[in-house]
Amino acid sequence: MVDAEDQVIVGLEVHCQLDTKSKLFCGCSTDYRSDGPNTHVCPICLGLPGAMPALNKRAIQYAMKVAKALNCEVLNESEFSRKNYFYPDLDKAYQITQYDKPLAEGGYVEIESDEGGERKIRLTRIHVEEDPGRLVHMGNVERGKYSLVDYNRAGIPLIEIVSEPDMRSPKEARKFLNKLRAKLEYLSVFDSEKEGSLRVDANISIKGNERVEVKNITSYKGVEKALLFEVTRQKNLIRRGQKIERETRHYLEARGVTQSARSKEQENDYRYFPEPDLRPLRVKSWVDGIILPELPDARRERFIAEYGCSLNHARTLTGELKLANFFEKVVASDKAGLAPLASTWIADTLIGELNYRDMSLDKVEPAAMTGLVLLLKAGTITDKSGVEVLRVMLDQRLKNETVETPDAIVKRLNLAKTTGDSGAIAAAVEAAITENPKALEDYRAGKGGALNFLVGQVMKKTRGKADPAELNRMLTEALKKREA
Amino acid sequence: MSGEIAFNPDDKYNAFLTTCRKAPHGTGKLAGVAVAVKDNISTLNIETTCASKILKGYIPPYDAHAVGLLKSEGAAIVGKTNMDEFGMGTTTENSGFGPTLNPCDTTRVPGGSSGGSAAAVAAGMVRMALGTDTGGSIRCPAAFCGIVGLKPSYGRVSRYGLIAYSNSLEQIGPMGKTVTDVSTLMGVIAGYDRHDTSSLNKPYNHTPKADIKGLRIGIPQEYFGKGVDSQVAAVVKKAIGRLEELGATTVPCSIPSMEYALAAYYVTCTCEASSNLARFDGVRYGPAADTKKSWHDAYQEVRSAAFGPEVRRRIMLGTFALSSGYYGKYYAKAQIARENIKADFNRIFADVDVIAGPTMPTIAFKLKEKSDPLSMYLADILTVPANLAGIPAISVPCGKSEGMPVGLQIMGRMFDDERVVDVAYAYEQAVN
Repeated sequence: MVDAEDQVIVGLEVHCQLDTKSKLFCGCSTDYRSDGPNTHVCPICLGLPGAMPALNKRAIQYAMKVAKALNCEVLNESEFSRKNYFYPDLDKAYQITQYDKPLAEGGYVEIESDEGGERKIRLTRIHVEEDPGRLVHMGNVERGKYSLVDYNRAGIPLIEIVSEPDMRSPKEARKFLNKLRAKLEYLSVFDSEKEGSLRVDANISIKGNERVEVKNITSYKGVEKALLFEVTRQKNLIRRGQKIERETRHYLEARGVTQSARSKEQENDYRYFPEPDLRPLRVKSWVDGIILPELPDARRERFIAEYGCSLNHARTLTGELKLANFFEKVVASDKAGLAPLASTWIADTLIGELNYRDMSLDKVEPAAMTGLVLLLKAGTITDKSGVEVLRVMLDQRLKNETVETPDAIVKRLNLAKTTGDSGAIAAAVEAAITENPKALEDYRAGKGGALNFLVGQVMKKTRGKADPAELNRMLTEALKKREA
Repeated sequence: MSGEIAFNPDDKYNAFLTTCRKAPHGTGKLAGVAVAVKDNISTLNIETTCASKILKGYIPPYDAHAVGLLKSEGAAIVGKTNMDEFGMGTTTENSGFGPTLNPCDTTRVPGGSSGGSAAAVAAGMVRMALGTDTGGSIRCPAAFCGIVGLKPSYGRVSRYGLIAYSNSLEQIGPMGKTVTDVSTLMGVIAGYDRHDTSSLNKPYNHTPKADIKGLRIGIPQEYFGKGVDSQVAAVVKKAIGRLEELGATTVPCSIPSMEYALAAYYVTCTCEASSNLARFDGVRYGPAADTKKSWHDAYQEVRSAAFGPEVRRRIMLGTFALSSGYYGKYYAKAQIARENIKADFNRIFADVDVIAGPTMPTIAFKLKEKSDPLSMYLADILTVPANLAGIPAISVPCGKSEGMPVGLQIMGRMFDDERVVDVAYAYEQAVN
């Protein structure tokens, strides 16, 4: 356990855009990202005089799906309220949100705790609200001459998921967020790849001290980074005997630091009152009709039971909907036969290679992966050649070249194992020993490292194609011969 | 046949803010009928200002639902009528573009806030007009100008496109010289609109009937008590006598919660207004600030310069009442008072069919007579209860006092708009 005096306490407020086709209170399309500014707008989402909100039923259904999946209690009656404040991206000068009667309360998300094992992070509430527009600053916000407003985002449905202060480290906060993202994706209500689809405000304190709110975190990695920065900053202040001030800070993504937000706009009195143009929501009866799909935890357990995946592999594979679907497609033709190799090749090798290239899984054909796993399973190529084949495929894809099949790559690069072609291996073994008399000496002197060195030399000469077991046998024989 | 009508009125009363010299019209129930529209109702391609300088030059890119319905029945939208800025007033003197004069006596106000619509109808410039009624804004000018005006039940006419002043209280409603015209116009504008989720699927398909035999009329003592001019009360009592002659019986009753009606009304409408009017900042529409200041200061500059004093007063009151720690004391309390008023009406309507009394406690004021805001607020006492409860109420001319028109107000059960129209029609037919 962490020293109690240094205990970190974290709570998150997560804003997620619901992936509906139209906005929360009007018929405008939510698919605005590739279009010009102010092209997805109408009198309602522009807040023109006289326009009124009409609630998008689908958005409420999506939010309730989330509430059910996160074990929340949907309230008998919830209501929309106005949060009044002036800001140029807020066309009506109030945001329609939920205040004292949210859609749902309670619930929890289970995460893997830092000590191992599952831990429940309790949720306070889930409410529905509209996204404001977006400011584009010309130059920079302090020194720029002017700013432009784009209302395409105004009225996009958001849910705000508020957690209890139950997380004990920045790492747990990241795990909470990853788990939440996975769940929302499995529910098909959220697309984490859309820019700005998730925004987080984090409350963080060191036990016994005031809490600090960090606003404006817009990436998954940013949450952990911002919190790590805050832990260090707050602990340093305490160490120097200074007091932590209760305040709001902004996270500056580019610099990885938080900065105090001592501006007037933070001292708002939001003057909440019920939105008179919308009726109270009485939708609790819908809950029973919501059929949830298989969620990440259930799928993880199934991967262990059905495919024999290790816990870690199952966690990784089911941690993202796309990855889990990809895995199942790869092994579909022969579950029992392909799963053991496929789980490690996907969860470890493929993910690593993709991350290295900053490449999306979308670019990989499951069939190509199946082909590779089949070659490995048949013993046609070595693991080392397997990695090479994978890299060639990914690089071809990255360069928009025609992607060859694994079979074609093996043929073209002559990567097939040299099993049966013992002549080539034997020649390489002889050459390696002759070229490295020092290694032979060391071997004779009983130094274990010498054998490994020679194995490496032979591998190099056969370009990784030699079957490791066969190579070992032949090399040991050859060495023994020279000893005699 | 669709076509165009020429509209060049001699607007001696400043009833119009905008006139359409050539107004196109289609076919239907209102084919070729000139209809004036209050300036807080959005009209496609016709400037809509709410009589406020802050919206000068604003041309809506869409029609209010009610305006669309008028057009689809062939009406010609001939102009936009003057009003108290954003509907805040009882005299139409609070217009940013000068007061409207009462056609019955140009030294007097036409009432408000739909004073322009009432004057345009009373002077015969148009046959019908749309007004809006938040706390009496259709009925008061109807009474002061001697025409008929109906505040429909809350939810019967879509508010989509009505520039909100106090969403939970206001309705668009018909104004005309006769009950039949008002009823016809109501038939066109009522009904469900998916853009206004407070609207209900209760269309109005009604031809007024004059038979009121056996009708029970509640007479609340508060409508003839302190503050009500005795001559006005006498004219209205005489009119109710005519209804009795037609076969109705009267039942004395009381609305004790009226004591809190004005407070509940002014808290509710100022709170909602402070939020509704926050969007007027000169950025997207209306005159922009000629300034290089940062947005916060620019907003302040535009809003201080362009809003009139009554609007600023109500924004301040509402902002205060919604401030942290005060919501429970004011807005929430006002909603409780509204529930009490509804309960009083329900109790009375268990025994009677309609409630009758004067529309306004006095005849039309002299221009500038109501210079202090509080005395003006008090004049709304007889009209706000219907808005607080959401019930329908009509004002029909019922005689004169000091040569000025007096209005008889008939209030009905929720969604019983047809009944209040029938009672008004019975009276109108009996005296004409």
